Amino acid sequence: MTNTEIEMPAFGETERDFSAVDKVRVVEALSRVLPAGTLMYETEDLRPYECDGLAAYRALPLVVALPTTEAQVVDVLRICFELGVPVVARGAGTGLSGGALPHTRGVLLSLARFNRILELDPLARTAVVQPGVRNLAISEAAAPHGLYYAPDPSSQIACSIGGNVSENAGGVHCLKYGLTVHNLLRVRGVTIEGEIVEIGSGALDAAGYDLLALVTGSEGMLVVVTEVTVKLVPKPQLAQCVLAAFDDVVRAGDAVAKIIAAGIIPAGLEMMDQPATAAVEEFVHAGYPLDAKAILLCESDGTPEEVAEEIGRVRAVLEDSGATEIRVSRDEAERLKFWAGRKAAFPAAGRISPDYYCMDGTIPRKRLGEMLTAIQAMEHKYGLRCINVFHAGDGNLHPLILFDANQPDELERAEDFGAEILELSVALGGTITGEHGVGLEKINQMCAQFTTAEVRQFFRVKAAFDPAGLLNPGKAIPTLNRCAEYGRMKVSKGHVPYPDIPRF
Amino acid sequence: MTTIEKDWAERVRAAAAAKTPLCLRGGGTKDFHGRETAGEVFDLRANTGVVAYEPTELVVTVRGGTPLAELEPVLAEKGQYLAFEPPHFGAGATVAGCVAAGLSGPRRANMGAVRDFMLGVKLLDGRGEVLKFGGQVMKNVAGYDVSRLVAGSLGTLGIVLEVSLKVLPRPVAEATLRFELDEAGALRRMNEWGGQPLPLSATLWHDGVLQVRLSGAEAAVRAAADRLGGERLAADAAAALWSSVREQAAAPFALAPGEVLWRLSLPSTAPALGLAGRQVVEWGGAQRWLASATDPAQIRARAAELGGHATVFRGGDRSGAVFQPLTAPLATIHRRLKQSFDPAGIFNPGRLYPEF
Repeated sequence: MTNTEIEMPAFGETERDFSAVDKVRVVEALSRVLPAGTLMYETEDLRPYECDGLAAYRALPLVVALPTTEAQVVDVLRICFELGVPVVARGAGTGLSGGALPHTRGVLLSLARFNRILELDPLARTAVVQPGVRNLAISEAAAPHGLYYAPDPSSQIACSIGGNVSENAGGVHCLKYGLTVHNLLRVRGVTIEGEIVEIGSGALDAAGYDLLALVTGSEGMLVVVTEVTVKLVPKPQLAQCVLAAFDDVVRAGDAVAKIIAAGIIPAGLEMMDQPATAAVEEFVHAGYPLDAKAILLCESDGTPEEVAEEIGRVRAVLEDSGATEIRVSRDEAERLKFWAGRKAAFPAAGRISPDYYCMDGTIPRKRLGEMLTAIQAMEHKYGLRCINVFHAGDGNLHPLILFDANQPDELERAEDFGAEILELSVALGGTITGEHGVGLEKINQMCAQFTTAEVRQFFRVKAAFDPAGLLNPGKAIPTLNRCAEYGRMKVSKGHVPYPDIPRF
Repeated sequence: MTTIEKDWAERVRAAAAAKTPLCLRGGGTKDFHGRETAGEVFDLRANTGVVAYEPTELVVTVRGGTPLAELEPVLAEKGQYLAFEPPHFGAGATVAGCVAAGLSGPRRANMGAVRDFMLGVKLLDGRGEVLKFGGQVMKNVAGYDVSRLVAGSLGTLGIVLEVSLKVLPRPVAEATLRFELDEAGALRRMNEWGGQPLPLSATLWHDGVLQVRLSGAEAAVRAAADRLGGERLAADAAAALWSSVREQAAAPFALAPGEVLWRLSLPSTAPALGLAGRQVVEWGGAQRWLASATDPAQIRARAAELGGHATVFRGGDRSGAVFQPLTAPLATIHRRLKQSFDPAGIFNPGRLYPEF
């Protein structure tokens, strides 16, 4: 055995077996530290927590804990550490990759009651918030000061900031304003050993390693977040949106590259293909041109002078790129109408199909044409339709695979379809997930993106925070054993992934 | 793997087996930074070259030993730049050194730090394994964000073989404005302006003078300059000013015997330090340089009291604490992380903290 193998935690080799966890003992220990009404263990009380935004994967936890203070979180984690019980932290449960799927032998730790904005300092442009605070609630509280919290994932009315930290959430404006990781100053959290850690500070950096970056997007695998300090930024005075139609998808993709090459970083740059446009048009009547093979939405924000200058430049580039139609929003109502269609893409998919499966691969923009052509071929191969919406500015693609879970094997075909898109994303020089996280959903594709040595290093990083491997086990980073099995799985057709997970 | 990567991996494995400490070194322009470290000098300058540069993707992938002075003109030719405005501190500054030092220039408060522009890294770890984290795309949440962790780790986690950095278009227009203001007035002004939709790209206060740089679209810079008033600097004088601040070539950074240059990183609204010494305030109030001979304990205590941390940046006792000491739980996590990347403890031991 080499050194490398000695240092890798055993839970990185094979998932830990938690079947010996004794529910009675866990309930008894937790009820000593949690007040009545904050600990649930009857099946009917557990049911609302059985899945997150990825409803295809469901599991009942052993218990649900709903602490209201950090001291209770410390107590819960200490007990779980002592008893060797897995812990899955959960915010609003809007995640799309199964990151908050409960562990059947573990505690589901809901931070929903940590829902207060503790401090908002307009001069320093910071807000100190509890993890259960909704993303949009921060911007609403900051609005009277002319400030807002920039990352705006599409679920922002519901998703919590703690979940945003765990997933490093993005949004339609992140090309210009950054992801969650760019908009945080500090995270306070508790380790599985019950130690309180202050990561980052009210300053722009902290002494030592950049643990703030490491914890952001770590999918609840390193610490449980109990407090977050976010940056607030000034609200732009004006925003205006350009809608451009193209008779060819690749030409639309080229137009995106030309906008960037012209030195413009738009506030938002989105693309939809014809099937996506048709689906949303029927639903929200945004006035999209239905004969276009693709449409682009390009938003400019800033001072009125800045916006006028930028829109002029964008228009010139789009004309030069062969747009068949260009419309510039004349007022706020029209701008919102342009966006209404894009924002309704997911519900529209739900309207034209009983179920849909959303992918999240990111690719270099120049490979877009190849990807879309390949997706068309996959539609035939799997006998399923796919509509495409795309954060074009940063290469983040959201193909929505339409299926009907009540039809035999459609879910399975949808999953295989999705897996093929993700693996192609890696092959094209991209990644399997731009903003939704790996969770349980994409865990097998991690084996395609990373080498064994890299996976080992991820587990060592986890062990630096969580030596016993109790925080969200089985998510985000695949065990070497799983990757070995997946290697076999890819060749054995008809094999159902994760047979241990109930399906609906 | 390239030949250099293979050779270096072998050298690292041999050093790990023999527990020989290695002092990782690029251009050596930041040798002054961090604690003193012993060890065999490992010269990283041979690993040079731009691996891929796609201006329309806003990404450059470059080998660690590439001098910043070679990379920056390549970007400039396409109208792009490193928006964190890295200080060079000497002619030979390399990309890997820039990332490992994690230092950012005057634009930091408005545009972001080195870590904010890190998209991916290729790292040679202490086992002699080549590992890749992140990638070449803007959005990537697969796996822990190790590439940003490497920024500012001072070479203690591994050898940076290659990095992918986000690049941005250079602003079309710039203007620098000058105002006479005392420290408290300048701090207030910087924070107030920071909360308004103005195209700020740098702020600087020293000795009763606040200077503010605006960068962006022609119309936006013009409108903001008209609104803020002040005295406008000529373009060449402005360029010289910001470069001398970035490189710490400006007069207030010159140290008298016995003086130490401290870097205090604080919440931007922290009040005046009230410590003896010469001060330069940057980053909207969030970075305060202090040339002082005051007792280090007093400076650290004041930084902590104000909600930030203090670093001995130049001069002083480099065998003691250079960076603000960590709390016990964070120190444990740091030790474990260091060990996980470099089990034999051969990379720049002690450069960051004495324990590792």
